[in-house]
This record gives sequence, structure tokens and C-alpha cells, in this order.
Amino acid sequence: MIYVVLGSGPAGVVATEQLRKLDPLAHITMIGSEPEPPYSRMAIPYFLTSKIDESGTYLRKQAKHFADRNIDVVQQRATSIDTENNRVITDDGRVYRYDKLLIATGASPVVPPVPGIDSPGVHNCWTLEDAREIVKLAKPGASVVLMGAGFIGCIILESLALRDVNLTVVEMENRMVPRMMNDVSGNMIKSWCEQKGVSVHTSTRAESIEQIGGGKLRVSLSTGESVDADLVISATGVAPNLGFAADSGLRTDQGIVVNDYLQTSDADIYAAGDVCQGKDFNTGEYSVQAIQPTAVEHAKVAATNMVRGHRTEHVGNVNMNVLDTIGLVSASFGMWMGVPGGESSELVNEKEHKYLNLQFKDDVLVGASSLGLTQHVGVLRGLIQSKTRLGLWKDRLKKDPMRIMEAYLACSQSQVSAALA
Amino acid sequence: MQKSLNIDPGKCTGCLQCEMACSLENEGVFNTSKSRIKVFTFHEEGKFVPYTCTQCDEAWCMHACPVDAIVVNSVTGSKDVIADLCVGCKVCTIACPFGTVNYNADSGKVVKCDLCGGDPQCVSACPTNAITYVDANATGLDKMRQWAEKTDNTVGG
Repeated sequence: MIYVVLGSGPAGVVATEQLRKLDPLAHITMIGSEPEPPYSRMAIPYFLTSKIDESGTYLRKQAKHFADRNIDVVQQRATSIDTENNRVITDDGRVYRYDKLLIATGASPVVPPVPGIDSPGVHNCWTLEDAREIVKLAKPGASVVLMGAGFIGCIILESLALRDVNLTVVEMENRMVPRMMNDVSGNMIKSWCEQKGVSVHTSTRAESIEQIGGGKLRVSLSTGESVDADLVISATGVAPNLGFAADSGLRTDQGIVVNDYLQTSDADIYAAGDVCQGKDFNTGEYSVQAIQPTAVEHAKVAATNMVRGHRTEHVGNVNMNVLDTIGLVSASFGMWMGVPGGESSELVNEKEHKYLNLQFKDDVLVGASSLGLTQHVGVLRGLIQSKTRLGLWKDRLKKDPMRIMEAYLACSQSQVSAALA
Repeated sequence: MQKSLNIDPGKCTGCLQCEMACSLENEGVFNTSKSRIKVFTFHEEGKFVPYTCTQCDEAWCMHACPVDAIVVNSVTGSKDVIADLCVGCKVCTIACPFGTVNYNADSGKVVKCDLCGGDPQCVSACPTNAITYVDANATGLDKMRQWAEKTDNTVGG
């Protein structure tokens, strides 16, 4: 068999490893467009703070990792798929034939419709190359404007703050991380950032960026104010890289449309990761989650089905995120915003920036969000995904949501429930 | 034969010797807040339950790690965090459905039970045999692992 994997992020890498594990004799090629060894975008914030060097971002640490597994790694951009003849064509005109193809081409930053967004000194923070440019421009004392306080914006806030720049954050929505945090917790992150000396403008948009000489940029805001900057970072969101897939005739929507085996509208082509519109565990609907754990699970399921046929169903991923904003850790899981007819439990400690919100449907946890908690947060995922019935523990959690570990132990561990009886 | 921690909550008196021993072994200080094993208190029932990583086969933490910083210990079967490689992204802490991989803000890394390399200090410290280190087959490990299976994303395969 000949397998081709497009994309060398976490989904691409895990898929090639799974393909090799299940099919020792197959010919496997991984095609990625960036001129780097496969690396993790998740690690870029830590590269920006010099906690790690570039090699610390690499997904696999051994230089011969892929060669040892007889996986061919090609650094080219795939430009089209010839679905009739099962061939992929890359930028340099080369042609790769496949029996089964996995598309794991990820996402790219969206370019907000702001005049001057293409000026020199405006950068995304998405690739290692972006990070190298930011390191050059974000010198101590430099003025930096960060457009967008979503997940990516917030996670690089700390890196920028630690570089001692004068930082201004501009976010269109009324709070920080609007896709992860509600009004209460999103604004607690805002007040935390302000206490750390970051200027945060929510419900504000950047209306234009102009070059004012000396390498400086002037960012005009919808509030009428303007900020002069040495560096503008655009972090207003990402969108799946699916243009070439759509051009090749594959069905696309938000992402590449797949069935419950992660197979696309072409029987020989599968999709995984940020480009894939896979099933959401909570809603049963298909959406682009664009998170690391989902990318890895997609890759395993898709690769398994590519080798063994459709014996492994993808039952859906819990959407979840964890974020560190200048030392304030936040996390969200599943239906953190609640469900119709559901109940909730909330603990708010604004002074210490601690927050926990649980969302129930009947006596089952369906979502949660937290701030300032670093211990046992994973159990929230476990309780959601196992659909554990909480019984009398639901009322206990409504009184004190911090007792999540006790609830889990009592409701899911038979030795514990026996001991408590 | 692989061994694993067996926990008998009925025998736990809540003395926290396990937490003290764990903290001393792994962090060099007596500080229960730094322990990787935790004793949970059930006020209503007047009971205590020690709990830590079950070293589950699914190894959610290991598969979620973006930088290959969690590996299987070939001797004990434990899943170990390689601190030098951990960047502190915390993805493993939300991926672990047991809540037993946790972020340590002091070090900027995650921590989890590594069975002390095969000589778990919580076991040595426990005065009532509530925590023992025994053949994996003899423990309630399989029951604990049912939780992992319930959380598994795949059917069949």
C-alpha cells in the first residue's frame, strides 16, 4: 500500500506513526509545506520566552525518528489532488501517487480586513518563522499592539510581557478569550492582565494601520484613540487550509466534511486535525475544533481506518482548551456555556482570580470552565466524556463545585463507593 | 510481572503520611501540596480516599503531549514526564480524564506519579496498608481502567 499524508503537524506525524505501526510494509510519505522539522505550534510561546530553543518545539526529538520508521518526509506545499488518478501534485511539480491519502493540512491565520494589515512590522504568530520575526522586533521597551485576545493572542501575552514590551491588546468582543470563557471569567482575565500592566481594550476594533516613519506603525482604534507601535501582531483567528481540497472536488463546509470514519467525500481520502470538520462529542454535530488532543485522536482513528477498513468509529471529541495568560491558568470543556434546560454551579473569587463553573444536564456534567485552578482539572473531561451519573453528588457540587475529584471518586470508582457506603 | 499501586480506601485514616513521603521523595520538602498522591476527604461519610495516577494503558497524557515529553518507563510501565522536555503547555492536564497530571507553577512543568522508579514511597510510608504495591493483576486496577475505557474515543479497532 502507498499512503500519503499531507501536513506535518501533530495530526500528520501521529498518523504516519500509526500507519507504520499497523502496516509495516507500506510506503509512507509525509508532505509538509514548512522548511522545518515537524514542530508544535503549542510550544511557540515557550520559544518566545527563551524557555526552550527551536529544537524544543520539535514534535519528535530524534533527528532520525522518521527515517528509522521508513517514513519519507517531503518539504513542499501540495497544490492539488488529482482524485481520479489518486495523485497529489506539489509546488515543485512532483507527483505522488497514493492508495489512501490523509489531509492534515491544518489551519492558517485569517487576515482581518484592516487597511494597512500588510504593512512591514505586522506579523502573525503562527509559524516558527513568525516567531523568529517577533523575537527580532519585540525588544525590551518596544511598543507592541496585539490584535485579538483569543486563545493564541492570550497565550503569547505572557511571552510578550516577559520580553518587557509595552503591550496594548485590542479585542472586538466584550471580554478576553470569548470562545472559551464567559463574561465573568473573560473579564477576570482582563483585570488580571491590567494588573500586570497590559493595556486591554475590549469591544474595540483596529480600524487602520499606517506607517509613520522610523519603522513605527500607528494603529487607529474604533474608540477614536490611536497607539504607536514597533510591532503589530495579528491574532484574530485561524481558518482551515482547505482551498486546494475544495478545488479538487472534496466536499467542504467549515472544514473538510467527513463521515464517522473520518473519510471524506472521496473514498480514498481521509481528513484529520484542524482542517477536518469532525464530530463533536457533546453536540453530535460536525465542527472544526482546532485543538491538539482532537488532532491526535483524529489522526489515530483515520490512520487505523485507512489500514484496516472501517472498524474504528470516531465517536466525537470533547472540545477543550487550556490557556496560561501571564500565569493565570484557564481551562474550558464541552458545553461550558451551558445547555437549554440545564443547571449550573459557579464559584467566583475575583480577588484571587479563581473561578469554577460547572454545567449539568440532568445529573450529568456536560461542560465546565475554570480559572486559577491547576490541580485535577482533567477530571472534568473524564466526568463529561464518561457521562457519569452524579446522583446526590450533583447537589453537593452545586453547593461546592470544588469537590469535583470527590464526586468522581464516589461516582465512578466501585472500591470508593463501597468504602463510602 | 508488572506491579501497580493498589488502594484500599477502607483502610485509610487520612494521616497524609503518603503525601509527605511523596513530596519529600519528589520535591525534597515535606509539603503535602506538592504531593502527587492526594488523600480526598469525604466529610459526610467520615472517610478518606488516597488517589493518584493508575498508569493507564490509554496514556491520554502521553498521546496529548505535543513535544514528546511523556514516555513509558520500560521497567515499571509508568508514564514519566521528562522535565527537560516539558514546556509547561498543560495540554496533558486537561487530557487526563482522572485529573492526575497537574501543573506545578513553581517549576513551570507538569508532574505526575512515576511510581518512584519502582519503589513507591507512599507505600512505604502508609501505616495501615491502605496503599500497597502488588502484581497488577491482583489489584483493582482493571476497575479503575474501566473509567479510562469509558472515556475512550474509539469503538473497536
